[in-house]
Amino acid sequence: MIKKISSRRDFLKKMAATAAMTAAATLFPGIIFAEEQLRGIKSSGNLKWTKAPCRFCGVGCGILVGTENGKAVAVKGDPNSSVNKGLCCVKGYHQTICIDAKDRLTKALVKKNGVYVETPMAEALDIVASKMKETIEKYGKDSVAMYTSGQSTIPEGYVASKFMKGAIGTNNLDCNARLCMASAVTGFLTSFGADEPMGCYEDIDHADVFITWGNNMAEMHPVLFSRMLDQRLKRGVKIIDFATRTTRSSMASDKSILFHPQTDLAVANAIAYEIINNGWVNKDFVKEYCNFNKGLTNIGYGTEDKFKFKDKATKISFEEYKAFLNDYTPEKVSKISGVSVKDIKYMANFYGDPNKKVVSYWCMGMNQHTRGTWINNLVYNIHLLTGKISQPGNGPFSLTGQPSACGTAREVGTFTHKLPHGVVMNEKHREHAAKIWKVPVENIPSKPTYHATEMWRAVDRGDIKFIWTQVTNPLVSLPKVGRYTDGAKKEGRFIVVSDVFPTPTSDVADVILPAAWHIEKNGLYGNSERRTQHWSKMVEPPGEAMADAWQTIEVARRMGFEELFPYSKENHEEEIYNEYRLHHKGKKHNMAPLEVLKSQSGALWPYVDGKETKWRYNAKYDPACDNGKDFHFYGKKDGKAIIWQRPYEPAAESPDNEYPFWLNTGRVIEHWHTGSMTRRIPVLHQAMPHAYVELHPDDAKKYGISNGQKVKVISRRGTTILPASINERGLPTKGQVFVPFFDENMMINDVTLDAFCPISKEPDYKKCAVKIEKV
Amino acid sequence: MLLLTKTMPIKSYLVHPHKGKYDELLTELSSISFCEVIQSENKEIAVLITDTNSDQEDKNMQIRINSIKSLKMLSLVSGFETHQ
Repeated sequence: MIKKISSRRDFLKKMAATAAMTAAATLFPGIIFAEEQLRGIKSSGNLKWTKAPCRFCGVGCGILVGTENGKAVAVKGDPNSSVNKGLCCVKGYHQTICIDAKDRLTKALVKKNGVYVETPMAEALDIVASKMKETIEKYGKDSVAMYTSGQSTIPEGYVASKFMKGAIGTNNLDCNARLCMASAVTGFLTSFGADEPMGCYEDIDHADVFITWGNNMAEMHPVLFSRMLDQRLKRGVKIIDFATRTTRSSMASDKSILFHPQTDLAVANAIAYEIINNGWVNKDFVKEYCNFNKGLTNIGYGTEDKFKFKDKATKISFEEYKAFLNDYTPEKVSKISGVSVKDIKYMANFYGDPNKKVVSYWCMGMNQHTRGTWINNLVYNIHLLTGKISQPGNGPFSLTGQPSACGTAREVGTFTHKLPHGVVMNEKHREHAAKIWKVPVENIPSKPTYHATEMWRAVDRGDIKFIWTQVTNPLVSLPKVGRYTDGAKKEGRFIVVSDVFPTPTSDVADVILPAAWHIEKNGLYGNSERRTQHWSKMVEPPGEAMADAWQTIEVARRMGFEELFPYSKENHEEEIYNEYRLHHKGKKHNMAPLEVLKSQSGALWPYVDGKETKWRYNAKYDPACDNGKDFHFYGKKDGKAIIWQRPYEPAAESPDNEYPFWLNTGRVIEHWHTGSMTRRIPVLHQAMPHAYVELHPDDAKKYGISNGQKVKVISRRGTTILPASINERGLPTKGQVFVPFFDENMMINDVTLDAFCPISKEPDYKKCAVKIEKV
Repeated sequence: MLLLTKTMPIKSYLVHPHKGKYDELLTELSSISFCEVIQSENKEIAVLITDTNSDQEDKNMQIRINSIKSLKMLSLVSGFETHQ
């Protein structure tokens, strides 16, 4: 599509087109208008097309950005990308428009006597370095922290990790991927001993049935959903939407099955019960490749400061597991979940049928869950019991929210417990990292410190006195955000924010560092399917805006770590990637060389002997399998995956007489997360200008609320006022309300609860109790 | 003094073809002045943007669009009345 809007009339035409495409998406969820991107683009002239992964979601679509005279003027889907095959969603088409926003941060701002003063970048970086150094000297190295992002590039995440863990010597590094993907990580690690999906998007072309677990793919992963719809037209595949709310995905699926919040745990166990009791277990697979474990129960919710939990695994037998499942007969589970016995059996039948290939997809519904690790384990159980895993068209697949939640947060390891290869708790892993970083191994502490929620609690308490955020907007995205905003404003806290635009987070900063956007720097992202993608800088950043990685390097050098950060300004991303690859050397996680990534639209790791690996743990495809058998779950010492006994436990907070509604929060197709970019893209902002609260029509009638009327949503933490939305975008069940979180002016995270999964430490944004009032 | 300005409507529609007539409908629409068509990948629906210089031109164009035999349904989604 044409990026540059030359006149008001052009703008109105764009608006008209966007309105029509949005309406079409209601009728045909996941619909794609591929021609739109080509229309109006100059066929000749000086337009230069450069490939990149999309800036937004974890699907990692390949895009081509057209530049002319140093400006980005067009975006289209990359037909050579196997991810999206030339398609693009509405956010993808319009993405580069935000870089010209009038309020773009182009100069460093330093708060002096309560007023922001434009300051030369070099001076601002001096201030950051000296303040960080001074804080460490006064209060110790655990008094400083960095909070980064699943939208940070691989080089940005890597230098942040090296700086904090290798140079300063603190594990006070965590990231916003803790808020979206941590349960997927702990799910993978506990079941398989290695993170990230075994399959890839090509599964879509082979599967017969897709079961989506609490996942509105039509809005959140529209290109993948479109590929599934395409397969339905071509091959008649089935799509089953298993969710707590009716969405565009439900409407487009072959069947929509609704369950009461949190009871997915029980339903997953009921499906396992059916598989076992109908004789659908793939006995050879289970015998050869699986162990059975149980963990601790009644594990808490983490709502109190300094909450600690460590799971304890105990081996159990198949018979013990089978006996445990007797509490989860379809009849019993139907009563607590609201899912009919027939529908539980309907889903179990697909998983149990040896002639049906099944892919399970999920994203935030299962991950943002106080038992997020457990529900990930339970879906793996289903695939392991039936042997439907690590094969084309058969497998569990956790989708990511952010473009490099996998590539940066999980693979580079920008979590408190992680290293680029392995974890800080493991001596050998520390030695491995220290050798490549050229630091004494003693520099890297062996104990994790603060996960995201606890990190901001520590800021509030004053345990952390200096925090630097990059590529993220936590004071909109954290749950129970009011506490953390107030905490950041307290005296004695020093907040540094690197960002492209001003946000509620930069509003509390002492120093604001202007950052280069996506195509204004070289970079690498890693998407949901283990695909690493490279792009080259296409346009210059405005003013003194600077790549985040280079900001970190500049501060590190000012603090005396010049030798550890010897990279060149012009080529630092490449030099960093080449160093980073050393951490993952070997058949299990080898990363593709840079020249390969420059020549094609990414490559899946493990990349071994010039080949990517599409299905891990399957000896036919994965060169790391070396046990001489068909499958090898090599993340575990004995090569076997684990089927976990995990019970149903209730949510941290459920509706009661005083707060009778469930609150569910999430996203909309038009906006990316907290809206700091997409709300600066006029066509997207106009299409969805503000947040809303979805109500069931019966609840709306009971409270005398009509469409558009203002409603106050109240929890024990806070309130926000939003217009009502009844029978519009989505339809919550009776007794539930839904609010998207993109709107900083209608801050729903003032209302949410900061309960989290005790294993993954990922907050549950999908379930807390609220009441509503007509305003 | 009252200034009389000329209205220049911009409108967007969803167009639905009769079965098997998608390509034919798109060809017909594309041949009409002031019409821009955006195809969808599923070939069940397309977006039509019209940009005319006057109300009369807009009316004439609608008559012509509605006479296309491959068109099953035309649904107006948005309209903007701009002035010269």
